[in-house]
Amino acid sequence: MLSAAGCGLSRPEAGYGLEAPVQHHRFSPYTFNGGTVLAIAGEDFCIVASDTRLSEGYSIHSRDSPKCYKLTERTVIGCTGFHGDCLTLTKIIEARLKMYKHSNNKTMTTGAIAAMLSTILYSRRFFPYYVYNIIGGLDEEGKGAVYSFDPVGSYERDNFKAGGSASAMLQPLLDNQIGFKNMQNVEHVPLTLEKALQLVKDVFISAAERDVYTGDALKICIVTKDGIKEQTIQLRKD
Amino acid sequence: MALASVLRAELAEFSPNFPKNFPKNFPKNFLEDFPDDSEGIPEILRDPPGPPRVLAAPPWGFEAEPEGPGLQILHGTTTLAFKTPHGVTVAVDSRATAGSYIASQSVRKVLPIDGRMLGTMAGGAADCAFWQRLVARQCRVQELRNKEPVSVAAASKLLANLVYQYKGLGLSLGTMLCGWDKRGPGLYYVDSEGQRVAGAAFAVGSGSSYAYGVLDRGLAAAARSEEAACELARRAIAQAAHRDAYSGGCVRVMHVGPEGWKEVSHDDIAELQDKYLEA
Repeated sequence: MLSAAGCGLSRPEAGYGLEAPVQHHRFSPYTFNGGTVLAIAGEDFCIVASDTRLSEGYSIHSRDSPKCYKLTERTVIGCTGFHGDCLTLTKIIEARLKMYKHSNNKTMTTGAIAAMLSTILYSRRFFPYYVYNIIGGLDEEGKGAVYSFDPVGSYERDNFKAGGSASAMLQPLLDNQIGFKNMQNVEHVPLTLEKALQLVKDVFISAAERDVYTGDALKICIVTKDGIKEQTIQLRKD
Repeated sequence: MALASVLRAELAEFSPNFPKNFPKNFPKNFLEDFPDDSEGIPEILRDPPGPPRVLAAPPWGFEAEPEGPGLQILHGTTTLAFKTPHGVTVAVDSRATAGSYIASQSVRKVLPIDGRMLGTMAGGAADCAFWQRLVARQCRVQELRNKEPVSVAAASKLLANLVYQYKGLGLSLGTMLCGWDKRGPGLYYVDSEGQRVAGAAFAVGSGSSYAYGVLDRGLAAAARSEEAACELARRAIAQAAHRDAYSGGCVRVMHVGPEGWKEVSHDDIAELQDKYLEA
């Protein structure tokens, strides 16, 4: 264009100090799909519960996308974070479970799955799986076991753990009600299955009230020596 | 990826080719081939500008860069270890933070390498746990080959050389290897920057300055007995937990002697602080 010919610049406004501040939009391989997971270990049972809302930004993609995946007859995993990585990760875990079964002629124990998941996550240390995992199941002695992970594979066995978008709201309540933290002169009653179920429903109802990414429905998987039972309870859909 | 192949159970030996296959100037090549405004590279593969990434402890006022929108990995701690004529006394807190959220108050930050050696965890939790587990495996193989327990110097050198290959890529590791070998008590500090240093006393982590204050004052007296040493270690961690927001939970004190390592005590910091404030 003749007016900018002297500068030889492609955009006419360039060179006059009239450029708008440039915003570089880089592609991000991650997105956050929301969701909350909770696992509680009891004396002879384990509960893994998750909401079923799949969101992205201000939208809800699905009201029926549970985050608990059954791995074996004794183990359930809950994965929240980036849904794409959740799907791939669970595929990889299921493949590795089959390989183990074929080589060793036995099902992987809950502790072994946890240790294996840690190395799977760490193998992607420099491009992590954006997934917050919680494994719940029964250990070799039949007691409840909960293992919680960070995105790069650091893990720890707990009695109860909340993960995902509403974890910071749920965890303190569980610390108080199950761990009897910050209370004085209270009898430490061991947790029964009925009380644990009631607690799970109550905390998710509260989380749905205050976290936009949690809601729609609650799916509960109860792991006992007789197998895995499932329950679905409706939550707020707004 | 060669790193993933290390993790396969059937491999007898750590792969000798990794990371020679890795491009030598890993971050720099990328920046030359893909200038800044390209859309090709994920953010986390670039070297962030400014001071190097978080080492053993987050420096004041600077938070480690998260990898992706809100992806937060576990960090933060105070750990310490010192030598006495009876062996090496190790004390750690048990808090793990993800950003400003306290993810756990019951993390085990002492990792056994073998029956006579312990490693502490500071910095990235997954990094410490993974690499020390790998070193433990290497030590076992070496012990089987040489029919002799591995020395602390050798184990610390193995760890230091392993993480040095990844220098600049963002690993965060600040660990102390404490053990008893044929030369007596051994204590080495190893970090992800490539430092490997022997010493008589170290405190590592975001609360290390506070721990040093208490530790240095009582070191001479602590040499008297094992109980005095453990009490000093406990007091130092309690002080660090009091002043550092990223440390807390409970204090775990361990001792490594000629017979091996043992756990001496495990106390909740809230209760310890009641006790010390009264005194």
